Amino acid sequence: MFPESKIPEGPLAEKWDKHKFNVKLVNPANKRKYDVIVVGTGLAGGAAAASLAELGYNVKAFTFHDSPRRAHSIAAQGGINAAKNYQNDGDSVFRLFYDTIKGGDYRAREANVYRLAQVSVNIIDQCVAQGVPFAREYGGLLANRSFGGAQVSRTFYARGQTGQQLLLGAYSALSRQIAYGKVKMYTRSEMLDLVVVDGQARGIITRNLITGEIEQHAAHAVVLATGGYGNVFYLSTNAMYCNATAAWRAHKRGAYFANPCFTQIHPTCIPVSGDYQSKLTLMSESLRNDGRVWVPKTVEMAERVRKGEIKPQDIAEDDRDYFLERKYPAFGNLVPRDVASRNAKQMCDEGRGVGSTGLAVYLDFADIIKRTGAEAVSQKYGNLFAMYEKITDEDPYKQPMRIYPAVHYTMGGLWVDYNLQTTVPGLYATGECNFSDHGANRLGASALMQGLADGYFVIPYTIGDYLASTPPKPVTTEHPAFKQAEADVRGRIGKLMSINGTRTPDDFHKHLGHLMWEYCGMARNAEGLKHAKAEIQKLRKEFWSDLKLSGTDGELNQALEKAGRVADFLELGELMVDDALDRNESCGGHFREEYATEDGEAKRNDDEYAYVAAWQYVADNQPEILNKEQLTFENVKLTQRSYK
Amino acid sequence: MNLTLKVWRQKNRNTEGKIVDYQVKDISPEMSFLEMLDVLNEDLLRQGDEPVAFDHDCREGICGSCNLFINGRAHGPESGTTTCQLHMRKFSDGDTIVIEPWRANAFPVNKDLSVDRSAFDRIIQAGGYVSVNTGGTPDGNEIPIPKEIADRAFEAATCIGCGACVASCKNASAMLFVSAKVSQLALLPQGHVERKTRVENMVAQMDKEGFGACTNIGSCAAECPVGISLENIAILNREFLAAKATSNNLV
Ligand SMILES: Cc1cc2nc3c(=O)[nH]c(=O)nc-3n(C[C@H](O)[C@H](O)[C@H](O)COP(=O)(O)OP(=O)(O)OC[C@H]3O[C@@H](n4cnc5c(N)ncnc54)[C@H](O)[C@@H]3O)c2cc1C
Ligand code: SF4
Ligand code: FES
Repeated sequence: MFPESKIPEGPLAEKWDKHKFNVKLVNPANKRKYDVIVVGTGLAGGAAAASLAELGYNVKAFTFHDSPRRAHSIAAQGGINAAKNYQNDGDSVFRLFYDTIKGGDYRAREANVYRLAQVSVNIIDQCVAQGVPFAREYGGLLANRSFGGAQVSRTFYARGQTGQQLLLGAYSALSRQIAYGKVKMYTRSEMLDLVVVDGQARGIITRNLITGEIEQHAAHAVVLATGGYGNVFYLSTNAMYCNATAAWRAHKRGAYFANPCFTQIHPTCIPVSGDYQSKLTLMSESLRNDGRVWVPKTVEMAERVRKGEIKPQDIAEDDRDYFLERKYPAFGNLVPRDVASRNAKQMCDEGRGVGSTGLAVYLDFADIIKRTGAEAVSQKYGNLFAMYEKITDEDPYKQPMRIYPAVHYTMGGLWVDYNLQTTVPGLYATGECNFSDHGANRLGASALMQGLADGYFVIPYTIGDYLASTPPKPVTTEHPAFKQAEADVRGRIGKLMSINGTRTPDDFHKHLGHLMWEYCGMARNAEGLKHAKAEIQKLRKEFWSDLKLSGTDGELNQALEKAGRVADFLELGELMVDDALDRNESCGGHFREEYATEDGEAKRNDDEYAYVAAWQYVADNQPEILNKEQLTFENVKLTQRSYK
Repeated sequence: MNLTLKVWRQKNRNTEGKIVDYQVKDISPEMSFLEMLDVLNEDLLRQGDEPVAFDHDCREGICGSCNLFINGRAHGPESGTTTCQLHMRKFSDGDTIVIEPWRANAFPVNKDLSVDRSAFDRIIQAGGYVSVNTGGTPDGNEIPIPKEIADRAFEAATCIGCGACVASCKNASAMLFVSAKVSQLALLPQGHVERKTRVENMVAQMDKEGFGACTNIGSCAAECPVGISLENIAILNREFLAAKATSNNLV
């Protein structure tokens, strides 16, 4: 039987307030009797750990980074959405809700998304109070810009470093609670398993990355805020260490994994330059506010550009195809990410791509520079332009940027109910590691919003409901489940260390990434997916018989860390392929070539696929069970998305 | 290009380290410095040797993880650049490159090139925040802040906590790092209530961690990858003196 989504009754706009009133409360004196483990200190985890500690719970927080401030959230550039309507341009909670549901191609839960839009306004207030230096107008009030998939300006930002400033805000709140002794912080500590006692999440097993020690930690509840799994593709805009291990281990202990095939390909990234490439760099979507995307009109012209015979700046206006403006006059360069990415791929497939590889399109700032001057452009995008120049050795003030889509974000993740609880009681998932709010495609500037919404304003309420029905007795690691989980972890590490084959973890990871990108990337079809499934199974076998490691497990061993993460990616990758195969429709980031409209746009099938695919682990090398949560839409009308 | 690397190898905190020579071949000028090290590490691992441990993550110059001392300079030869954003086009075929960890008593070596910078976290824990709880905060636009002030606070707030300032200072002083946070919060109205205790407590923690004294040499700001300015140290000094004169810290 499928667990309930626990969406409260009543009108959409009243659900969250009613729910907050109805949830059980833990009385203030009892809060200190409850221990909560928070894994991850990005926006979602940092905000949750600080807020739970402020309420009085004892928090143990974990990160594999050397400091909580280094979580991947730090890298977010463009901004954070909130329905403040400071610009008086017609924004509202309902409009943000509507844009998010539509942007997600009608594959998200209405109630969750509405709540997200509601609390978005509180996030900005909270961050300002912490001293987050958002961009401001000359009058001293907060500035906004617009982002893809929206026709209002609701994005708050701190130059191109919004994630950094928001994370430092959450980190400062967390630091304060560490100083008070309410949070015990474990850095360079990687969660390698979840401990489930009598069906309830009661702790985790970690490895100290410096000493290699394996540790057991017990608590009344566990919150995962461990980020996304985009690195299953090897090359992505995610930080190098982002991985799926915590979520995947929890999945194998009973937490369903939802919509794994929903991954987001970001249209504006610096193109791949060679085999040695270790990661891809995002050029913030905010650039599409002022940059114009184009390719040469003809294949011949594109060929000459590729050979370096002509420079883009020398191509006449008439010989350029501003394809997004041409095809989508209403949204122009600001169409949602999936639409922009697919169109760029289409141009390159037609042979009109640029750059030496032909896998790039232009993002041109000549017009805005002419209109407002280089200084004004630098004020807005200075650090992004500098980063681009550092990487490519080309000056975007003088010639257009070359961009190409790259894996960026994963909408799929652990299945959670309205309370953000997974299918394992006592285990919660927040931020990018859950599946909840973005459907099949996430709008720009909405991940930061969701991470902070979950951490500051949702989990502090909803976890109380669970804890209030759990006796405030101390929990210990005495139960045999802890010993068993520790033995499992040690067994796995021992196995990895003893294979002594020939291929490095990176080598396997690259191979997997290539399969995923080719067959489960921007465009997918049944035949390719079936091929990928067989290849991944083969690769997994090879991994467990031909992996090469060195050193010992009792010290800092970065190759061993990597190997454990790749092992999990090799399992998750297959599930992503299964999920993509099951979904015989195109929606958002999931584009099945067999299901497209005549002009090549994604064709949804609401009658058969308006569900969340929640996968249930059974046993290794056995097919997972697909559970379906039917989505119902009472407040928006399902229409074919159109940005024309 | 082909290069000779002289890399610091150290088993752990309690052992002595030494420089070991390695050759790397066919390095493309388009590679980043860390991608060049990836090539070395893949080779080492394939031969059954231990790869060189180093810290990194975002490879976009923002997380502050990467921290290599390259040819005698924190983050290498290019100013205003983190190690991960340094590209091999800054080097030439046949070069010898010396790669060492940050050296400071307050940053003990974990292994090879990876160091422990938790002292920075403890300095922030001593007061690098505004004491507000979640919820109950006023509307964001109720606190107007002049754009110039907001911009200056932002500039200070962009410190990535990498520690290059400490590594470049002959006294291993952490003044630039500490001053960046102090002045961000001293500039903003939100930080005013606690400004005195904040600067006193953060400076006290900095001293306790074993960082050296600041003698105004300025190599920190010269090597800071994000351009944190010395002006912040002046602000810290002013804040500190003012705090000492009228301390809120009840003794
Ligand atoms: C380059 C880039 C730019 C972006 N720009 C924007 C933007 O402008 N606006 C926007 O809204 N979104 C943006 N995003 C998306 C957004 O940054 C992320 O979705 C979001 O920050 C994720 O936050 P999180 O707290 O869920 O996870 P993360 O910030 O990824 O944090 C994960 C945490 O979990 C810890 N962890 C993970 N696994 C383990 C384990 N096994 N054991 C212990 N600890 C573990 C990590 O150490 C880390 O602390 C961007 C993403 C990228 C890649
Ligand atoms: S002040 Fe500069 S050098 Fe020092 S930690 Fe901050 S960013 Fe690094
Ligand atoms: S790896 Fe993040 S700043 Fe260099």
